[in-house]
Amino acid sequence: MTIVNFTPLPAFLGGALIGLSAALLLLLKGRIAGISGIAGGIIYPEKGDMDWRFMFIGGLVIGGLLYQWIGLGAGVDHIQAVVDTPMLIVAGVLVGIGTTIGTGCTSGHGICGLARRSPRSLVATVSFMATAFVTVFIVRHLMGA
Amino acid sequence: MTKSLNLAVALIAGVLFGFGLSVAQMIDPAKVVNFLDVFGTWDPSLAFVMGGGLLVNAIATPLIMKRRTPVLAEFFRVPAKTEVDSRIVVGGVVFGIGWGLAGYCPGPMLTSLSFADGSIVTIVVAYVAGTFATKWGLARWEHYKHLRHQKNEACVG
Repeated sequence: MTIVNFTPLPAFLGGALIGLSAALLLLLKGRIAGISGIAGGIIYPEKGDMDWRFMFIGGLVIGGLLYQWIGLGAGVDHIQAVVDTPMLIVAGVLVGIGTTIGTGCTSGHGICGLARRSPRSLVATVSFMATAFVTVFIVRHLMGA
Repeated sequence: MTKSLNLAVALIAGVLFGFGLSVAQMIDPAKVVNFLDVFGTWDPSLAFVMGGGLLVNAIATPLIMKRRTPVLAEFFRVPAKTEVDSRIVVGGVVFGIGWGLAGYCPGPMLTSLSFADGSIVTIVVAYVAGTFATKWGLARWEHYKHLRHQKNEACVG
């Protein structure tokens, strides 16, 4: 094991901002800041409950742009996908299927659900974390990619 | 008034979330995959992202849930289900494979649309297709189960 590019402070601060966003959404709107859940209601339209979802997802993109505009994102221009197009398609489809069947992703289960001490979210988080670790181990160390 | 306030809250929460993901550098899939690579080039940062998010929420959520209602809505729309079923595990496993393969979970994926990059659009389209197909399939399945249930009831009657 070699530890690389460890950035605990920005990671913690960024995480706290994500937590603040989730707390705001719960306090003011009574909704869970689960990205796959919010996006899912647009992708498979939940009529009458769409406008705020568009605002939130639009906000995500604006948040990313804001970070680049104010110059904090020095070097973000070289951020790119780590796999080729066929793999991106496979990965994207699996993320869509998995988060829909499992009713949540890293944010909804991993942050909001665990904070609510939901047993379902704990099992979901352990499932996707463990599988992701195993997947990377297989791809990088057994298949040697 | 409440309506536009509601939309403003959703927008602000979204901006905060996307900005937070960017500050945490979770929008860099190389960093995410390195977090998942404990036996290779390990980058433990992502654990601190979850730690920061969890810390804020573990304190805030119980305080917020003491209220009878949210500030701008009539009730909390929080999942009531607590029993663990196989769906939760199967979904988690499928999601985990996809996440490990490309290093993108839904939040960073959608936030990265801000890069206006072709590979991001590709994975987002695939994610949207996977989500739509699954939601459609689940809805068909529920419909089928409902029909079968009705038929059985009719037989009994």
